[in-house]
Amino acid sequence: MRPEPSKTAPLEITVLVSVGRHPLTGRGRRADQDARGVELARALPAPEVRLLHAGALDGGSEAALRGYLGMGFDALTLLEQPEGADVLPALADALSEASPQLVITGERAEQGEGSGLLPYLLAEWLGWPVVNGLAEVEDVQDGVATLLQALPRGQRRRLKVRLPAIVTVDGAAPAPRQSAYGPARRGTLEAVPGPVSLDGDWESWQVQPARKRPKRLKIVKAASARDRFKAAAAKAEGGGGQVLTDVTPEQGAEAILKLLKEEGVLR
Amino acid sequence: MSEIQRRDPRKEWIARNRLHPQHLEVLAELGQGAASEWMGPSGLVRKNPHAVGFTGPHGIKRIDRSGVQQGAGGGVGSATTGAERKPLVEIDEPAFLVAVVPDMTGGRLSGHDRDLLGLARQLADADPRAPGAVLAVVFGAHKEEGFADAGIDRLVQLEAPELEGYAPEARLGALVAVEEAWAPRHWLVPDSKLGGADLGRRLAARLGERPATGVWQLEADAEARGEDGSGWRCTARGAAGTLDIQRPLPRVALALAECAEPVSETRHAAERLTLPQALPAQLSRIEDLGQVAVDPAGVALSEAEFILSAGNGVRDWDGFHRAARVLGATEGASRVAVDDGFMPRDRQVGATGTWVTARVYVAVGISGAIQHLQGIQPCEKVVAINMDPGCDMIKRADLAVIGDSAQVLEALVALVERQREEKRHAA
Repeated sequence: MRPEPSKTAPLEITVLVSVGRHPLTGRGRRADQDARGVELARALPAPEVRLLHAGALDGGSEAALRGYLGMGFDALTLLEQPEGADVLPALADALSEASPQLVITGERAEQGEGSGLLPYLLAEWLGWPVVNGLAEVEDVQDGVATLLQALPRGQRRRLKVRLPAIVTVDGAAPAPRQSAYGPARRGTLEAVPGPVSLDGDWESWQVQPARKRPKRLKIVKAASARDRFKAAAAKAEGGGGQVLTDVTPEQGAEAILKLLKEEGVLR
Repeated sequence: MSEIQRRDPRKEWIARNRLHPQHLEVLAELGQGAASEWMGPSGLVRKNPHAVGFTGPHGIKRIDRSGVQQGAGGGVGSATTGAERKPLVEIDEPAFLVAVVPDMTGGRLSGHDRDLLGLARQLADADPRAPGAVLAVVFGAHKEEGFADAGIDRLVQLEAPELEGYAPEARLGALVAVEEAWAPRHWLVPDSKLGGADLGRRLAARLGERPATGVWQLEADAEARGEDGSGWRCTARGAAGTLDIQRPLPRVALALAECAEPVSETRHAAERLTLPQALPAQLSRIEDLGQVAVDPAGVALSEAEFILSAGNGVRDWDGFHRAARVLGATEGASRVAVDDGFMPRDRQVGATGTWVTARVYVAVGISGAIQHLQGIQPCEKVVAINMDPGCDMIKRADLAVIGDSAQVLEALVALVERQREEKRHAA
């Protein structure tokens, strides 16, 4: 039973969006996880979604930001920051001023340092809980959100978190809708001034395109040539595995069940 | 076996008598066969090739160059295992601590954790005059026995009901308590989706440090001895893996897998430490409602955790599918089962199909072709159900049941269903 949208106050959501980078061409685009976050926010009942971006506005980033507007938004709030600025104080100010119920972001940026720290620092700054790697927001009721967190190996975990909260979106969340060209052209980017603080550390670091990581060599530490040869020519073997011969199927099944329970794969 | 050496006068006599038919055998037995090499009067090494080896059971002379003969001189009783031979390193008064928070997937140190401990050892052992100690912080119960071999000097095991499951806020509180108690010089956390990436970032935000994330290389660098004085320079991945950032190593670092070689040559003390004061009680705003049942058929084979795989030995396919459903396992198959049309092609495991990374792999009626064994190489536990006790899969398996696969699976399904029934009645 979903309450009537008119009775309850609309759920205020702010989605922090960033300018992504296409992995092959390197051109600016909607960041994948941020776009998934926007899609997640739109899927909620009675949302009041606001898009927020902090960064410089130039030709490339404007096209990327208009990509978010093309998902069905009239406006995007833009905190103008120079290139290489620390956007944290500006975002924290804007969020504490607007005080939304839920803040949705991607896990990490596709440009710049991309450390994935921003949601944690914002949460620390605002004193809100933070939940990472979301696949779905199932329900929001009475200031408590029920979330589905994506785990490795395709698993999911259900969490309840008290609002206001910051959540980050995993790549397992539903794919974003296509950006429509007309609304993207018509939407406006509302520039808002904010505090600017420069990031000195980033300036002092050496940044270069990623080198290919060296492949790890299989180092065999053996005393004699015979041991080295054996290690090189050996077939995969468990070594010391338990073999049950002449057992009834029930005994065998019990041994297997014991191992499965020890490993915790049975639910 | 007694360690007392006893003289055998008869063997000594044979050893002296070069013409005795058993002369060479006895020489080898007494360990005097090594007299095939000696220093000559002029300092030259002289060799007697005839004195090498022994006469085999068929009267043919055999030379064993594996070194087993010389090594076996000490007897079976005093054979030492590899673990005992590793030197034990004890650091009583460490100059500093390097804290590591391993993921402990499934209660054991993962490969990523071991790499990270190797990195921690690099940091701790850099200065031999003032060695540091590696401190591992482990949450909850574990099944790991190799903490000492992984290079851990000090171990803190924190067990509390509020730290179980997904409890990042309680765990963060515990880590802050560790920080207050021992103030480690470095914090190393695996940058992995299994919890380390989340916890490490929380810790950095709480400690007010700017961490290095995605660290994959570490080198000593005198120039990096800047304001923080770490003396290390790290290379970290940035911008979704497209940038390399070189920077001095901060206090908190989140490292990728294969960032260093795991510890293999030494053993360490793995001494237990306990926190001086109890963990602070705190109100958690995140409540864990537990894992959600996921349709195992929808999970990609390459990342499934638990695979039930069928091969040529399976005749009862309905029973196999039922077993997979009841156990909640993802289905896999060997090439033969796929070629015969019993399973779809995308379920094939092995070199020509999917390379799987399951934690538990149950091979039903699979003999274990080398291509198949390659495909299951990263699997932690392999269970084999097979009729043939001599096949390769049995050699690879941690647990092998010799018997008819249909009957064993049927018994397993009955057992699981009965236990679930009992649990339902009890609840």
